[in-house]
Amino acid sequence: MPAPQAVAAGTIAVSQPSSPRWHVRPPSSEITWAIAFTIPYAAVFIAFVVHPVAYGLWLARDPSLYLDLVSDPIYLRTVVNTLLFVVVCVNVKMFLALLVSGFFMRRRWWIRALLAIYILPWALPAVPAFVSFHWMLIGEYGFIDSLLSELFGIDGPIWFNDRWLGLGWDIASYIWKWMPFWTLVFLAGRMAIPREIYEAADIDGADRSRRFLYVVYPLLANMYVACTLLSTLWTIGDFTTVFLVSMGAPARATEVLATLGMHYAFDTGQPSLGVAAVLSALPVLIPIAVALMRRLQTTEVQL
Amino acid sequence: MSAILVAGPPAARPHYRLKWALGEIASMTLGLVLLIWSFTPVYNMLLIALDPDQGDTEFAGLIWPPEPSLKSFQVVMVGGYWYIEHFWQKFGNSLIIGLTTMILTMLVGSLASFALGRTRLRRIRFLASAPLLTYVIPASFLVIPFHRVMHIYGLTDSLWAVIAANVTFASPYAILILQQYARLIPIELDEAARVDGGSVVQVYLRIYLPLMAPALAAVGTFALLLAWNEYIYQYLLLSSERNMTVAVAIAQFFDADEAPWNYMMATAIVYSLPPIVIFYALRRYMMAGLALGGVGK
Repeated sequence: MPAPQAVAAGTIAVSQPSSPRWHVRPPSSEITWAIAFTIPYAAVFIAFVVHPVAYGLWLARDPSLYLDLVSDPIYLRTVVNTLLFVVVCVNVKMFLALLVSGFFMRRRWWIRALLAIYILPWALPAVPAFVSFHWMLIGEYGFIDSLLSELFGIDGPIWFNDRWLGLGWDIASYIWKWMPFWTLVFLAGRMAIPREIYEAADIDGADRSRRFLYVVYPLLANMYVACTLLSTLWTIGDFTTVFLVSMGAPARATEVLATLGMHYAFDTGQPSLGVAAVLSALPVLIPIAVALMRRLQTTEVQL
Repeated sequence: MSAILVAGPPAARPHYRLKWALGEIASMTLGLVLLIWSFTPVYNMLLIALDPDQGDTEFAGLIWPPEPSLKSFQVVMVGGYWYIEHFWQKFGNSLIIGLTTMILTMLVGSLASFALGRTRLRRIRFLASAPLLTYVIPASFLVIPFHRVMHIYGLTDSLWAVIAANVTFASPYAILILQQYARLIPIELDEAARVDGGSVVQVYLRIYLPLMAPALAAVGTFALLLAWNEYIYQYLLLSSERNMTVAVAIAQFFDADEAPWNYMMATAIVYSLPPIVIFYALRRYMMAGLALGGVGK
């Protein structure tokens, strides 16, 4: 029990016999300390967010950059890819994670053991994981194709010769990597639901699907939306998946904004164009961030 | 009679038992699918890493290592190939970046979340979620200007530049999670301590930090994994051999046409071990700390 000790220790440390306590600690000291506590984060925010962002906006200030972008067919294709990548990845991942988290609520020893393996993709660093995906798919004798011919006797396609197959594998790899994290988040959310609510639903004769629809989902809905918004922001900025899995092949047909920006900046030596390419996502990013912040604020009011 | 022998079915009536058996088969099937799904890429890493000679298994259409050998791991351990020369130094750099990111994120995050959620500043609603503004521009979008700003700060080719980037992008989520978790602790506890004359610092050190342990474990793991997953900042900000990290060394294999892929996979497997160990060690503590957005209401 740390709390009572802390209170007691606090009393001993500051009690001064001469004057009443409220004179010793004027209310303003709390504000002073509170502001002092936020300084480390504020410094990080100003030095490493505000400054680079301002610099980036300054780099990409020339309107003609955006005309160049729109006239580049690769850019337009990349926008379509990014939209597809984000919408499919986020929604499939979050929905499956919500369902799978229910599976892991079951109290069986083998399900507990399985959770330890299921979590592996999150604990595995991104670079090795995506390199492994790349190797499973590349050429005519990657592991997937070998498996297909061993099990079914069919020759698999050359995956990265086709834009949609390549993008499909980027999406699958991303979901593979990040679904466990969100499953854990939802699992923690489900565990926070009091058991009595489940029991009440059971007594009322609710079966599994009804329990999910009328009990679990309404209680987790707020969390589900907040997580989806946050995940959308993170997925729009994902670089490593496409960079290592499909590597943009074939012929830059599977690039997303993050990788294309880097390509402009470092392969063709046009950093301003690269910054402009990624900043062109701002009209989508800002509303999502605002929606997320508002959602978390309203939760606070209701709690 | 038979209903008693089959342990587990909730009711004795036959169609309930059938339903129970079907449910059992369904959950085992789902379990098997999840197992194969999660493990296949890891198996592929092992398959290639266990190959004694470069370039045989992965191009021969084999799904089983023909003559498994630990030779490539041995090569990694002694840094016996030029992409992985000084392997342990690179590993050390990765470790420094990961652990420093973890500690700084926990420190910066807990200070800020305490100030924004537990002091008078909590009355200013906007402040509570203001750190999320960071995510308006994702990390990989910011890397080009970030790279140049680091020159201005004199942090060219410095591990601190990468640590700064990681802390920048781990802290907002950390602050969010810590604030959410802190709602489980009654604010009256802080107020009681304050009335008894405890200072703000004492409330933070003796009440807030101990009670926040599960959320701090969750946030620390998150920051460590973020640093370990991160590639593009390490690649662009660290230019010298001395400061290179394992993630960059692995991706470097793609620069060569005929690289020894078994060495690359062995490097990748060794690199994967620390976060896996730390994750499983902290798993029990962190589960409670992860719930986001508040349940119910």
